[in-house]
Amino acid sequence: MIAVLALLVGVLLGILFEPSVPPELVPYLPIAVVAALDAVFGGVRAKLDGIFDDKQFVVSFISNVLVSGLIVYVGDQLGVGGQLSTGVVVVLGVRIFGNVAAIRRHLFRA
Amino acid sequence: MTDPDGTPGASRPHDDDLPGGTPAGVAPYVEEEPTVPLAAGRVLPVFPDPDGPTVNLTGRALAAPDGPMADEGRTAPPAGRVLAGPDESAAGHGRTAPPAGHALAGADGSAAGDERTVSLTGRGPADDPVVAERDGAGAAEGLTAAGADRVPAGGPEGAGGKGSASAVPPGDLDLGESVAEPRTGEPGETSDTSPDPSISGAAEGDLDRPRIRRPAPAGTLIWVLLALLGFTLVVQLRSNDADDGLAATRQEDLVRILSDLESEDSRLLAQIAGLEQSKQQLNSEVGGREAAVAEAQRRSQDLGLLAGTVAGRGPGLDITLSDVRASDVLNTVQELRGAGGEVMQLNGANGTSVRLVASSFFVDASGGGIIADGEELVGPFHLLVIGPASTMSTALQIPGGVVASAKSDGGSVTMDSRSLVEVTAVRKAAALRYARPVS
Repeated sequence: MIAVLALLVGVLLGILFEPSVPPELVPYLPIAVVAALDAVFGGVRAKLDGIFDDKQFVVSFISNVLVSGLIVYVGDQLGVGGQLSTGVVVVLGVRIFGNVAAIRRHLFRA
Repeated sequence: MTDPDGTPGASRPHDDDLPGGTPAGVAPYVEEEPTVPLAAGRVLPVFPDPDGPTVNLTGRALAAPDGPMADEGRTAPPAGRVLAGPDESAAGHGRTAPPAGHALAGADGSAAGDERTVSLTGRGPADDPVVAERDGAGAAEGLTAAGADRVPAGGPEGAGGKGSASAVPPGDLDLGESVAEPRTGEPGETSDTSPDPSISGAAEGDLDRPRIRRPAPAGTLIWVLLALLGFTLVVQLRSNDADDGLAATRQEDLVRILSDLESEDSRLLAQIAGLEQSKQQLNSEVGGREAAVAEAQRRSQDLGLLAGTVAGRGPGLDITLSDVRASDVLNTVQELRGAGGEVMQLNGANGTSVRLVASSFFVDASGGGIIADGEELVGPFHLLVIGPASTMSTALQIPGGVVASAKSDGGSVTMDSRSLVEVTAVRKAAALRYARPVS
């Protein structure tokens, strides 16, 4: 509940301030968001499984964001940034789907 | 002299775990009682009992080397449960052994010199301040019991090695471990509900002092991260809505798009050039065809004039032939051709007109007329010729020429120069059956 509250606070802040994305961060921001979403879904699943751990969540969140950004950066340097971005999104999407499936089984028993 | 919150890091008393206790009860005693700073940095109120000096032992109290305590806390509590410093100082002071026979030796080396007997009274007299303060009777009992279990009474090595803490409630806490490694949070525990790991450990269960509530760093970080996620999500969504698709494109994609556009541009330019060239070609073809058609038409007209299929007009002569024979007409026509006559027509008095061409022939008819190209004409005849009028009239009037021979035969030839002679009679074009052009 508090986590949802924190999320809402962030959303409200974003709506309120309407910041513009710095150009150098433009390629990495969407990937970072997707990676963070993956971590959040993983955290929810762990919470439902009863194995949630604060430290693990924080570490996985940060490392997800950093690693995804790093991959895209390296891809940009290598000239395959677009393809690597797609790959990262695909992998994270698969993970998110798996976590959501586990959450769904927890919540709806189906 | 003692601040209940004086413990480093303590923010508020942890009153949750006090079983019907009086957490505020610590404070009034603290005001008057001497305190013992604990080894763990906590302040322990000490209650000298005027009747029987007792020392409140809570948690890590044994670790505290304290001067005044050394002289005071000596006696066993009425309940008879004593945590006894095992060292020689306790022995030297001759303080009591616990009547109940339970003792904990909890002093470390520093405290050994002035080690005193401290009593922890679980179910002591009601007027015992220690009991009043330590209202957690169960905890007290458990503490002593645990101590008894773990440390033999007066056993010097047992508690001496422990250092700071000497007593723990049984089953809940472990003496050494609780001090050495505080729990670091349990899985499934959210930070806001879990107590600080450092105080969720051993000392907490039996301590009725203010507990430390430090904000869990991981929990705060989770808040921050989630808020950041929401923030970034909104920012990304908005920027994605706002940009026109190219501003957010990475550089390589822009380069690719640009090169694509350039190649397409050059391709389109080449296409334009080719199309213009073909357009010019078609235009020239059209012009050439028109010119050819015009030329062909012009040639066709000329040839039509010569072949007699096209009517013509032009300057020339109108020649009247009276009482002449076919031979005279033929001579006249040949003389006119020789003098440059181009188009000729022979009109009979009966209204018949014959266009004279290269294949025309003249035959004398039985009735005095002539037959020209199969048509019978009756004289006098009018011969219309287009050509140089003066040259033709001179050619006809030369001595011994057409005019002279016609006169000698009894006929007459007169001529009129006309600025415009109209030749209207035409022939049907003869289809050639055998001859073909070479080219």
